[in-house]
Order: sequence, then structure tokens, then C-alpha cells
Amino acid sequence: MILRSAISLRAEGRNSASGPALATPLHVVEPMRAPDEPNHVTRPGALAVSAHGISLTFQTADGEVEALSNVDLDIAEGDFVSFIGPSGCGKTTLLRVIADLERPTAGTILINGVTSEQARVQRHYGYIFQAPALYPWRTIERNVMLPLEIMGFDAAERRKRVAQYLELVNLSGFERKYPWQLSGGMQQRASIARALSFEPALLLMDEPFGALDEIVRDHLNEQLLRLWNQTGKTVVFVTHSIPEAVFLSTKIVVMSPRPGRIIDVISCNFPRDRTLEIRETPEFLKIAQRVRSGLRSGHSYDE
Amino acid sequence: MTVTWQRLAFFVAALGMLAAAILPLSSEPTETLFARPMLLAAILLTAALYVGAAFVTPRLSIAVTFAGVVLGCAVTLALLRDDTIAGYATRGFWLPVLANWVAAWLGVARLAAVKPRDKAASRTIDLAIPLLFGAFVFYLWEVAVRGFGVPSVLFPAPSAIAVRFFGSLWMLWQDFFQTFILGVLTGYVIGCGAGFLVAVAAHRYTFLGRGLLPIGNFVSALPIVGVAPIMVMWFGFDWPSKAAVVVVITFFPMLVNTLAGLNAAGHIERDLMRSYGAGHRQTLQKLYLPAAMPFIFNALKINSTLAFIGAIVAEFFGTPTLGIGFRISIEAGRMALDVVWAEIALAALAGMAFYGIVALAERVTTFWHPSYRT
Amino acid sequence: MVARPAEIRWHPIFVRFAPVVVIVLALIAVWYVATVLMNLNLVRGAFERDDTPYTTGQLIAGTMSAERPLLPAPHQIVQTFADDVFGWPVTSPRSLVYHGWVTLSATFVGFLLGATFGIVLAVLIVHVRTLQKSLLPWIICSQMVPILAVAPIVIVVLGAIGLRGLLPKAIISAYLCFFPVVIGVVKGLTSPDPIQRDLMRTWSATPAQIFWKLRWPSAVPFLFTSLKVSITISLIGAIVAELPTGAQAGIGARLLAGSYYGQTIQIWAALVAASVLAVGLIGVVSLIERWVAQLMGARA
Repeated sequence: MILRSAISLRAEGRNSASGPALATPLHVVEPMRAPDEPNHVTRPGALAVSAHGISLTFQTADGEVEALSNVDLDIAEGDFVSFIGPSGCGKTTLLRVIADLERPTAGTILINGVTSEQARVQRHYGYIFQAPALYPWRTIERNVMLPLEIMGFDAAERRKRVAQYLELVNLSGFERKYPWQLSGGMQQRASIARALSFEPALLLMDEPFGALDEIVRDHLNEQLLRLWNQTGKTVVFVTHSIPEAVFLSTKIVVMSPRPGRIIDVISCNFPRDRTLEIRETPEFLKIAQRVRSGLRSGHSYDE
Repeated sequence: MTVTWQRLAFFVAALGMLAAAILPLSSEPTETLFARPMLLAAILLTAALYVGAAFVTPRLSIAVTFAGVVLGCAVTLALLRDDTIAGYATRGFWLPVLANWVAAWLGVARLAAVKPRDKAASRTIDLAIPLLFGAFVFYLWEVAVRGFGVPSVLFPAPSAIAVRFFGSLWMLWQDFFQTFILGVLTGYVIGCGAGFLVAVAAHRYTFLGRGLLPIGNFVSALPIVGVAPIMVMWFGFDWPSKAAVVVVITFFPMLVNTLAGLNAAGHIERDLMRSYGAGHRQTLQKLYLPAAMPFIFNALKINSTLAFIGAIVAEFFGTPTLGIGFRISIEAGRMALDVVWAEIALAALAGMAFYGIVALAERVTTFWHPSYRT
Repeated sequence: MVARPAEIRWHPIFVRFAPVVVIVLALIAVWYVATVLMNLNLVRGAFERDDTPYTTGQLIAGTMSAERPLLPAPHQIVQTFADDVFGWPVTSPRSLVYHGWVTLSATFVGFLLGATFGIVLAVLIVHVRTLQKSLLPWIICSQMVPILAVAPIVIVVLGAIGLRGLLPKAIISAYLCFFPVVIGVVKGLTSPDPIQRDLMRTWSATPAQIFWKLRWPSAVPFLFTSLKVSITISLIGAIVAELPTGAQAGIGARLLAGSYYGQTIQIWAALVAASVLAVGLIGVVSLIERWVAQLMGARA
């Protein structure tokens, strides 16, 4: 049942005649396409994110902090890219720059060929935070519906999508519950369903499983991988856990702090149907070792 | 108090009841208890109930205790019907009253210690305890006033007040309408509404917000009630001036609290809205306003009490011959204190009902807030 | 995405105070306009009664200097306030200082009574479960009864036992101001983490030790917050208590007199005096709070 709906999703994406709504006139701020058109078509080889020379300096009470320094990064469509590094290396800041939640002080960035602001206004991405950020006065069902309400989908379409995506994250039956009645892991799954509900091409995830215990985390890692395989989206994933990054990604971006910059970009090509057992294999450990040495060379392990 | 002390207390209460049969009831010559067979039987039964309550299970003892208290109170009230006792009561009368007090306290203490399993039972108990407590305070008041013979001109008994209350319903209704409906409610709606709208504007335009918030905090601390004479001068004697005072009093707490509430939404939730490309109106409707509800209701509750005070204060500075404040000052001057107490009872009921309605509305709209879950 | 040009960085003090200053100045300007508009008919009528010719300039000047204006201009209020404070000897019944002192003394006594009663009640409520469940709802209900309804009764009853003057007013103030103290101190005494209370249990501490070493120090911040609210309410109570008695002295009495004799500027000056008192009282409590906080090791 899940497989069928996932396959139909991919088919929808590939067969749809309309291309993505790129090259929008600058004065139009509202979304261009009808709510029921898919947001984007996956074109392997095209660049989902293209960043050049990104620098971001914060003015704080203690002086200037260079959060990002001359960052260059290209993310292809369909990739699963992890940003890994210690606190303060700029990985969350870079994610927020992609999301147009921060503006860089220098450099250019294009999301699916348009500026980050246009990408935000056209709802090209779904953002998942460290905390579930579900509204306590809405049921799970109405929480997942929130972006759909804002984007103007009609009631029937909203209900259809909510049911579909809650099933995808295995939360069917919890529609009428309130967030506080669910566990932390379930809340986070609901926030993933919410981000998927308006079918963005890009998923931006900021340490989404950081607050959960390891057993729940492993389980959710497997589910996320399955989801990515089924939907074919581009995922940018921030984490500080090396095993998590190596397990999930096709590309690992190792960053280091003071100033925030990219030390290494490592490609991973594990089979798509991998399970958690792969974490004990030598290939896995070799890549993890490479990540760790990258972190060390970036002085991430220093005091 | 451990169980043994409680048992001892029950025995003391039983003894106190029996004292009525032994000690003199009044400083005036009067019939002893043995000449009043019905009351004597009731006293013995009450004493027996108190003793019994000491030995049965805690849950059953609650029912037994309160049965005893009701009976004991009825006996003392019946004794007061006798003119030779009322006003001249001595030890033989007061010891049973004290015994009732001890027993009532024990009953309430045991009720408070009960830990019920379901929410409905616990809520009933939470409601019952203060009500029982209050009922007993009224009993003590009645007995003290009539037993000591306090002049009713000075301090009437609750029964006298009740008689007066139900005897002057039309006058009370007119006063209530003038002060509460015309003065308090109109002012409350206008004042809170204006405070809300200004707060929404101040939230939208940060410059306005940063300027108004300190001013609002400052004015909230001032004795704003002093504008009452000015309002009477501007709006005349009738209800508009009262409503104006209420508007001024309720505006600032509403402004300050609503602004605090609108700013209370977390920055993650705000970023989420930004990531959806939501405009300010959408964010206001779906995030800021629902998150501000607990704060708004806090202000609404505070304002419900402030509004009433403001309207009555305004009546002191000029009013037509109607209104709660007017009636109280006139009748207090005439020493017709039972009318004053009836008006106080009216004001108390109105104030509690108003607050209760706002609190109920709060529970319905902010059921999701963590403070309801602990 | 091109980087934005450097923004103007305002000095933090400017950012914080500029909006308040601007809005206060705007309000004062609006006040002056309102003064002219509201007093126009009054002044025009006065001119026409005297049959004197007048120019618009004189009319406007007249609105800002009328003797019994509908809305006094700010400078008139400041003038009268200064006159009444500095112009009369401090013990004269025409001096605002004298009236202010009468109200202030009732405020202080009422505040002390109310705060002490509130603290004692709060301690009892936290330690005796029966009181918590039976008394607390009634304490909340007591505040819903408008104090002014009860004030005349209190004054009459106390007068009958021979207590007049300061004490009835203080009792009414205490009735109003004990409530925030009870609620605040109860909140403070129950604020320690369950972990802290468990730790006390592992040390077999007695309830008195737990109170003095854990609950009371945790309650101090809550206590001061409610003391600040309480003292302003006590001031309001003292002013309001002067109304039903038709008192001769005190700020409330001043308001009454101004209202009876149509001395509008006097009313406004009395209001300013009351505000000055309120700000002063909060300031004093804040100073004490800061001193106590430093004693308890708070950050400077």
C-alpha cells in the first residue's frame, strides 16, 4: 500500500508535462502554479543548490563572528547530502542560508535556478527543525495541514494529502491526537509529514533526531532512508553524528569552525536498500574514518 | 495530624456536644436541655455520630462526620430560636458550636486527603471542599451574631441579609443593571477591545511597540482610578462616565499582556512560517494569536475585577439615584446596613459570576496550555 | 543572491529610548491639540459673556490658560502641581505634600498589614493541605468582590468600636494588597524542583529546615515581584478608602474636593501627586530588592 502510493508519486513527478516554475518575473511573489500541480520534477544532473563564495559575518555583543567563510557547494538533484561538524562550524547557518532564513554578507546562492528568496516564496523546500515545532492548539491532522492552509489548497485536497503523508510516516490513527499526547519520536515524524505534505523538491533537515534516544533514532534513520528512496527528493541533512551521516548520505560535507568552512566533501555509494547492519562493515568504517580525520584536520577535536 | 490525634479530636468533639446537656445554656434563666426532648435526642445522636466517625474507615467517616455536623448545626440554630438564649448564650451553647467546628475541620481534612482515581471525582471534591468550608463560615457567622446578640444595625446575621436580599429584588436588579450592564460591561468590551487592537498594531510596527510598552507598563502601575472625577466631569453623571472609567482602567493591562502574548511565539515556529512564505496576516491568524491566548485571558481575568472597582469608584463622584456604589454609600449613611450587605452580596455574586465566565472561556480556548496538564 | 549593502547600525541606547521619547512627545502634542479643541467653547462663551472682542490668537491662548478648563494644558498641570507642593508650608491643608503624607501613611500601614498577613497565609497554605483546598478558592473570590462595596461597612463597623482615621483606611488597603502577596509567595514556596525536594528528603530534613533552607530563599524573587504590585494596589486602596468617608485629608479627599468645587486643575495635580507616589514606592521596593538580591549572590 505504501509502496504503491510512493511509486505513483514518482510516476506523477516524471510524467508531468509542466516543468518547474522557474524564471519567474521578479515582481510576482505568490506561487505560480495551482496547488495540485507537483512542485518540481526530478532531473538528475541538475543542481538543486548552487552556492558560490558564501560568507556570513554576525555582529554580536562580543564583536564580529565569522560564521561562514567563502563556502562553495553544489548539490545535485536527488542527492542526500549531510553537513557534519562540531557546534559553531556553520552547518546550521549554511542550511538557513539555503532556506533564506539568513542572508549572507557575501556570495551568491541559487536554489533550483532561482534566488533563495524566490525559492522560499515559491515553497521549493520543506524545513524540519531540531524540535518538532508542532502547534499545541492543533491536532496532528491540523498541524500537518498548516502549510497547505497557508498555500491555499482546498479542503478535500488537504484531507487527502494529510491522510497520505501520515500513513507514509506510520502515524495513521493519530490524526485526532494533540502533540503533547505523542512521544518525541512520533512528534518528529509528524513534523516530517508536515514538511512533505506540500511536496517540495528539497527537504532541509536541521539535526531532526538530535533530541531523541539512540534506539528511536536508529529506527527513524531507517524510515528516513526508505522515504528518500520512495520520493526521490533532494535532502540536505545537518547532523553531528558520524554514523548517522555515513549511513544516510550520498555525499558528506565535513565542516569546521572558526571560521566556518568546508574541509572535505566525501562521496558515499552504499546500496539503496541498506539496513543498519551496514554500520559494522569495513567500507562503512573506512568512510567514517575519513570523516573523522577531516574533522580532526579542521581542529574540530581541539579545545 | 495522624489518625490517633484525629480520633482524639473526634472524642473531644463528642464531649463538647454533650456539654450542652450539662453546662448552662444561657446567662439568663432558661430551660435546660432535658426539657427539650427533641433537641436532647439530636445532641446525643450527634455525639454518637462523632464517636462513630472515629472508628469507621476514613472514607465512610467523611459521610458520618458531615451528617453529624449538619445535625449539630441544626441543633444550635434551633436553640437560638429561644429568646432566652439568643444574645445571652454561654458555655453550654458555645462548646457544641466549637465541637461542630472541630468536626467540620476533621471532615474537610479527611476529604482533602482523599486521592480519587478519575478526574470527575477529583473535580467534584475540589469544588465541594471550599463550598463546605464557606457554608460552615456562614454558620459560624449566623451563630456568633445571634448568640452574642450583636446589634443587627451594626452587623446583621446571614439570615437577615438573605431576607432583605430576596425582599428587594427589584431594587437590586435596577442597581445591577445600572452599574454592571451599562457601566462595567460596555466599558470592559470597549477597553479590552481597544487594548487588543492597539497591541496588534504595536506588534506589527515594532517602533510603535517599543514606544508603547514602557508607557503601558508605567501607566498600569499608577492609580488610574483617580481619573474617575475627570470622567464624570466630561461625560456627566450617568453611566457613560462609569463606562469611560472602566475603559481607561482596562485598556493598559490588556495592551501590555496582549503585546507580551503576541511576542511569546517561539522563534522556531516563526521560522517555520517564514519557510512557508506566509504573509503577516496569515502568521498573525495562525501563530501569533493562538499563542497569545493564555496572556490575553490573563488580562481579561484581571480586568474583570478592575472594571467592577472602577465603575463603583466612579459612582462616588456622581451618579443618578441608581447603582451599587450609590446605594451602598446612601444606605451606609442611613445605617441601614442590611441593605448594604444585600448590595455587597449582589456585588460578590456578580463579580464571581463574571470572573467565572471568563475563566470558563479561558479553559475552553486554552485547553492546550501546559498549565492545564500538570 | 547578492549580499545586502551594510546597514546603518544605531547605537543600542538610541534604539531603546527613541521610540518611547517619540511617542511621549507625540502624545503631549496631541494633548495640547485636545486642550484647545475641548476648551474652545468654554473660552469663547466666556469672551462673549463679557462682550469683549477677541482674536483667534487670544482664543487659543485662552484655552491654554483657563481657570476651570475641561482639559488643562500640560504646563498648567505642572504649574499647579509645583505650586501646591512647594508653595505652601508642609503642614498646611492646602499643601499636596500634607495630603500626600496622609495617604502615604495609610498606604504604608496597610501594606505592612497586608504583606505580613499575606506571607503568613501563604506559608500556612503551603504546609496545611486542608487550608490549601478550602481557603485558597475563597481568597481568590474575595478579590472579585469590589472593595468599594465593602469599604463603607468596614468604616462604619470600625467606627462603632471607636477606630477611626488611619486604621480603617489601612485595613481596606490591606484587604486589597494581601492577595498578590499570597498568590506570589505560594507560587514561590512551591517553585523548587522536585529534585531539590527529593535531595532534602535524602538528608532527612525537617519541614522547618526545608522551609528555611529551600522554600523561603526560592520564594524571595516571587515575593518582591508581588510586593511591587502590592504596594501600588495599597496606594489605590488608601485613596479609594478616603472616598466613602468624605475624608478631609488625603489624595482621595483632594480628588473629592476638586470634584465638588469644580477645580479641575486641582484634580489633575492630585493625580500627578498620586503617580509620583506610586513611582516612588515602586522605586523604594526595587532598591530593597536589588540589595537583597546582591546579598543572596545574584548577578550584578
